[in-house]
Amino acid sequence: MALFVARRLFYLLPVLIAVSLLTFSIASLLPGDLAYTILGDQATPENVAALRRDMGLDQPIWWRYLSWLGNVLQGDFGRSFRTGQTVLQAVVERLPVSIELMLLAQVGALAIGVPLAIVCASRSGGPFDRFMTGSAFGMLSVPTFLSAILLIYLFAVELRWLPATGYVPFTEDPAANLRFMVLPALTLALAEWPGIMRVLRSDMIATLQEDYISLAKAKGLKASRILFVHALKPSSLTLVTITGINIGRLIGGAVIVETIFALPGIGRLLIGSILTRDLIILQGVVLLVGAGFVIMNFIVDLLYAVLDPRIRHGHA
Amino acid sequence: MATLELDVAEEAVTQPARKGRKLGVLFWAAIGWLVFVCAVAVFANVLPLPSPTDMDMLERRAPFSAEHWLGTDGLGRDELSRLIHGARISLVVGVCAPVIGLVFGGALGMLAGYFRGRFESLVVGSMDVLLAFPPLILALAVTAYLGQSIFNLTLILGALSVPAFMRVARASTLTLARREFVIAAQALGATHARILLRELLPNVMLPLAAFFLLGVAVIIVVEGSLSFLGLGVPPPISSWGSMIGEGRESLEVAPRLAFLPAAAMFLTVLAFNLVGDALRALTDPRQGAL
Repeated sequence: MALFVARRLFYLLPVLIAVSLLTFSIASLLPGDLAYTILGDQATPENVAALRRDMGLDQPIWWRYLSWLGNVLQGDFGRSFRTGQTVLQAVVERLPVSIELMLLAQVGALAIGVPLAIVCASRSGGPFDRFMTGSAFGMLSVPTFLSAILLIYLFAVELRWLPATGYVPFTEDPAANLRFMVLPALTLALAEWPGIMRVLRSDMIATLQEDYISLAKAKGLKASRILFVHALKPSSLTLVTITGINIGRLIGGAVIVETIFALPGIGRLLIGSILTRDLIILQGVVLLVGAGFVIMNFIVDLLYAVLDPRIRHGHA
Repeated sequence: MATLELDVAEEAVTQPARKGRKLGVLFWAAIGWLVFVCAVAVFANVLPLPSPTDMDMLERRAPFSAEHWLGTDGLGRDELSRLIHGARISLVVGVCAPVIGLVFGGALGMLAGYFRGRFESLVVGSMDVLLAFPPLILALAVTAYLGQSIFNLTLILGALSVPAFMRVARASTLTLARREFVIAAQALGATHARILLRELLPNVMLPLAAFFLLGVAVIIVVEGSLSFLGLGVPPPISSWGSMIGEGRESLEVAPRLAFLPAAAMFLTVLAFNLVGDALRALTDPRQGAL
């Protein structure tokens, strides 16, 4: 196991470097001068030149990359020139919101997807199975922002059960916090459950034909026990895989959902920095999200190896 | 793009015999809808429609009428006309971007799968870096720097779809390159170029074409998301995404302004998914094997 972790870590490093290079080149090579953006339209050429010198923008590009990377490695991601807040402060402040949202969404998606998959797999080919498979396929065609609007219309405008926008920190008032979180998390969960259900369902249909399931039936075990314990366990690997694949989409979805529901998370920080052209914040957030995503995939890989010894030993 | 997923084995496991190779009513309905949407989008300028940008401040959020079939939006612009012109943007971006992915990703994948070795490692490695970012984040960041225009948007989304196409092309090239007809061509002394273009390309094209349609569906959604956030196509051009975004503001008084483009988008994405999925099932060799 230690060898496996070491090997994966060895692969992780070049990817992280590549992520930093890509982030840096997006910010540096594409048109749009940071100095102009900061100073605005009324900037004189002299002012711009002076600021460029101050910020080191007149240095060669490889030098700028290395000094930027050096700062980043020391935890200095730069400072917003609009609010004066450092990137790290801004991100740390908002991270709990995004993580809570994504966790709730994932739990919700599993709560919808797993039972449906089990019921469908146990009666595969039946009317309920066909209906749910069709619905899952249809749901895959509903963009996140579309289900968000539908949910807002239904629960906030028509029924007035839940607030459409707003946020209270969990530490201040847990009940109110959850009330604000229900619709955003549900929106994301609605986008995620079809994938979970589809893959888990076909996985379980295969599992249910195994001999040991027949044995369990012959022993007279309860159908629910067979389905939820014996048949679900081998599919845990599949669940980890789908969760891993979905992280990227979940992050993208969180950006949209946070913007729609006005949740002060990372996604809204990102969109806000784009709209106000706060390029330092933008660069820092993109780097942190990219690095976070890579590390999460790394953890999923490790989890995989823990669950399946074959991967650890390089047989699969 | 990471959002594209290939769960090829699924259909084969669930309904091996019954489904067969017949295309259902749903498939033809989807084709019909796509043909209809493409036709109105192409002929938008010829159709007797009011201008999609002419504002009529006295007729704001007007209900359905003979003059405005689907009413008007918050600025008094004809909703039907905006829907049809919006279809143009969504379809142009939705089709052109995957074409970029198809051409570059397909070529890279075929070359990587055919020549193997260091070139393959390089291609796969660099694609993995692109996939190391959540696609929407990367799209947002690049649009922020490049500036908003339909051209930039298509270019970015196209570049983001290259890795997915590369994977599909490489996977099928890998299996095909070991088949008898390729070995026979090699034995006959065919050049690499001839094998790639005459032997492999026609076979790799089928799964790529099916994947292309699924790609169109994904890109329409991503373009819609960006435009919805106000970071896609610049105003006053309307795409379905930006129309939904504008309609959101009047959800309480005129929900149809959000729901009409939403329905159009949903149906179109669903239709592309249906057709793509059906073609994928048809071209998937694994189903034939069962």
